[in-house]
Amino acid sequence: MMASIQKNNDRLDLAPKKFNMWIFIFTSFMFFAALTSGFIVYSGGKGHGLNVIMPSAFMYSTAAIILSSGTLLLANRAAKGLRFGEQKLYLWLTLVLGLAFFAIQIYAWYVLTYKMGIYFTDPNASRSFIYAFTGTHLIHIIAAILLLLNTLWGTYRNIPQVRNMFKMEMTSIFWHFLGIIWIYLYVFLLLNQN
Amino acid sequence: MSTLAVHDHGVAHHDEHGHEHHHNETFVSKYIFSMDHKMIAKQFLITGITMAVIAMILSILFRIQLAYPDKTFPLLTTLLGHFAPNGRISTEFYLSLVTIHGTIMVFFVLTAGLSGTFANLLIPLQIGARDMASPFMNMLSYWFFFLASVVMLSSFFVQKGPASGGWTIYPPLSALPKAMPGSGEGMTLWLISMVMFVASSLMGGINYVSTVLNMRTKGMDLWKMPLTIWALFLTAILGILAFPVLVAGVVLLIFDRSFGTSFYLSDIVLNGVQQPYEGGSPILFQHLFWFLGHPEVYIVIMPAMGISSEVMSVNSRKPIFGYHAMVYSLIGITVLSFIVWGHHMFVTGMNPFLGGVFMITTLIIAVPSAVKTFNWLATLWRGNIRFTPAMLFAIGMVSFFISGGLTGIFLGNAALDINLHDTYFVVAHFHLVMGSAAIFGMLAGVYHWFPKMFGKLMDEKLGYLHFWLTFIGAYLVFFPMHFMGLDGVPRRYYAFTEFASMQKWLTINTFITWAAIMAALAQVAFIYNFIVSIFAGKKSTQNPWESNTLEWTAPVEHIHGNWPGEIPTVYRWPYDYSKPGAEEDFIPQTVPFSQTMSSNLPHDFEDNPAGLEELNKYTSTLKAEEKVK
Ligand code: HEM
Ligand SMILES: [Cu+2]
Repeated sequence: MMASIQKNNDRLDLAPKKFNMWIFIFTSFMFFAALTSGFIVYSGGKGHGLNVIMPSAFMYSTAAIILSSGTLLLANRAAKGLRFGEQKLYLWLTLVLGLAFFAIQIYAWYVLTYKMGIYFTDPNASRSFIYAFTGTHLIHIIAAILLLLNTLWGTYRNIPQVRNMFKMEMTSIFWHFLGIIWIYLYVFLLLNQN
Repeated sequence: MSTLAVHDHGVAHHDEHGHEHHHNETFVSKYIFSMDHKMIAKQFLITGITMAVIAMILSILFRIQLAYPDKTFPLLTTLLGHFAPNGRISTEFYLSLVTIHGTIMVFFVLTAGLSGTFANLLIPLQIGARDMASPFMNMLSYWFFFLASVVMLSSFFVQKGPASGGWTIYPPLSALPKAMPGSGEGMTLWLISMVMFVASSLMGGINYVSTVLNMRTKGMDLWKMPLTIWALFLTAILGILAFPVLVAGVVLLIFDRSFGTSFYLSDIVLNGVQQPYEGGSPILFQHLFWFLGHPEVYIVIMPAMGISSEVMSVNSRKPIFGYHAMVYSLIGITVLSFIVWGHHMFVTGMNPFLGGVFMITTLIIAVPSAVKTFNWLATLWRGNIRFTPAMLFAIGMVSFFISGGLTGIFLGNAALDINLHDTYFVVAHFHLVMGSAAIFGMLAGVYHWFPKMFGKLMDEKLGYLHFWLTFIGAYLVFFPMHFMGLDGVPRRYYAFTEFASMQKWLTINTFITWAAIMAALAQVAFIYNFIVSIFAGKKSTQNPWESNTLEWTAPVEHIHGNWPGEIPTVYRWPYDYSKPGAEEDFIPQTVPFSQTMSSNLPHDFEDNPAGLEELNKYTSTLKAEEKVK
């Protein structure tokens, strides 16, 4: 009897796990809130402005990450409608866009250092903050890409639909959140660029 | 009767054990990489106690230096090698001892050891859940903690010794590997260890919050939760919001240390050489650190508050006084603790207006703390007190919280703090209000829930001995420090004999050291009691303290999933002790009102009109009968 209860619980267990993801999002949000507050304290306290026009690469990466959220939404819709071929396609697209975002961010670093002479070790740490923001965000992106790969892998192993949807939802929560965080960071940098 | 029932459950369970689940439980999956919350709780507790003993020994070492700054102890050289040349602890190693003592006590003992043990043990058992939301993450949480402990301790084995810039690791000492010996590999190991520690705390905290919100049994609404659960739940929320900020601060620190940025560094001259860092702000680190640091002190004390509330109610045989006020003050503390961090920075040259703001918020946070204190005292008032060791430790917790909290009010005044900051007055304040109070709360929890963890009872006599020696010892150690602080004796100094104005404190320092040694020896009584009772203690009954909460309805033998058969349903709050008209002086949460007609009150049916009608019928028939008589 107990065993049967436990089996039931197994299914129900997914809801708290999804909730775990939401809380994790909170911790991650606090992390970026702390970094940006640090920026405000730093640049306010010392009169160190940023004085950097953000490279246009950031615009392209923003476009990529917004698009990737769109394709992930479509993948989610396909998964709900049991159209697994379509789901795979959109997941692949999301993955490609995610990797593109990653590459463009790195390219933006290249532009910043080699073209604009804004170094990570700038004596004006306001400028180091650009790298701190984007770098720690990219670490999150790596985690998100791993999560996405895991979901994609699941679609090829024909896992039960409950688990498939669970993975899709976990990935979506995290992925969309990272998109929002990037937009927040980008707008924050734009507002402070002079 | 209850033992019989237990036995029954045990047998039923063993039956199932054979054919249905658990079939592949090995030694490794049961004792090492266990995913069972009860086992993980014990792992946290035992690791926590081990770390506490180590940190205590460190404190005795630096106390010896403070008491006998001019004597040599060849034994120290034998034990510590080049950290204590010529029989005296070196100046650098003294600072390392202070730093690692603080770090271990605050984070490893009173954060992970305390929350990790009791959140793991009590959350599922007291809210009626089979386990945590994610048992796997829970297991990872322990193992990250374990690794963090190993890495932290390993810093004693590097040539230049452990980190030595204080547990608050302010830059520049922490940011420049060459600043002093402890800033080198020791500091690197400290940072690695703390990153793992934070990962562990976050994984644990996320689980605790999610479990409390999602997995309560039928009938267990938020207002029926024991105060332990409220406290552990809010503690986890504090951790989730505060630790990421520390991570942000540490990430920038690592950039400064290893990548050459200058977030925190400016105008540094090392060994006569001007360093390239410019424009950084060490104050920025203090902001980021104390934004975590202050909530952290409440992360440490709130579980102790919850445990004491529960233990005091059970052993006073009285409902906790002001249950709702207790919850609201915990919530108040949680919220307010995020806007007071500036009181650690009054003398950093902050704008006096900002200092005023932090002063006001700091004094406001004293209000919920005082509410809780009054409620504990009112709970004891005219209670039918059972002085178990757990009860004594809970009362001790209240005592320390009062005596240490009062000095907080002085420190919270921006003007007074100019004199008191970084003196022994601060050391006295936080060792009473946080150190002693939280340790006593933790020990109260260990004595109270030992039967739940190990199915055995601890020896009471040794418990009393442990309590009195520790209680007296702690006051003898920390109380004199107030006066040293008022006289301006600074903290973290190696030898006060070097200053003419402080030489007079040497006798007091010697006295404190001997008191500390006595208190440390008292812990032997505890360790002995703890270990021997696990193996040879008296067998506990299912509900040894006649308590109302759910964990005591689970069988003494631990089973995976906690309850054989269905999880019990909850009908009432956990504090129905000595209810007038009841047959016994406690009514467990699982007893429905329909079985306790004689003790029901109109108040019990606030949102249950049908029940109220039943009650009215019952009372009117009673009255009618009386008239007949
Ligand atoms: C009653 C309310 C309290 C007030 C008004 C208060 C105020 C203060 C102030 C102003 C300081 C800074 C002193 C200085 O460095 O100059 C301080 C230090 C400290 N307080 Fe409290 N406090 C209170 C309660 C607590 C509680 C409940 C805890 C822990 C459970 C705590 C733990 C600490 C610690 C650990 C420090 C020292 C940190 C360090 O510098 O190493 N305090 N307190
Ligand atoms: Cu504080």
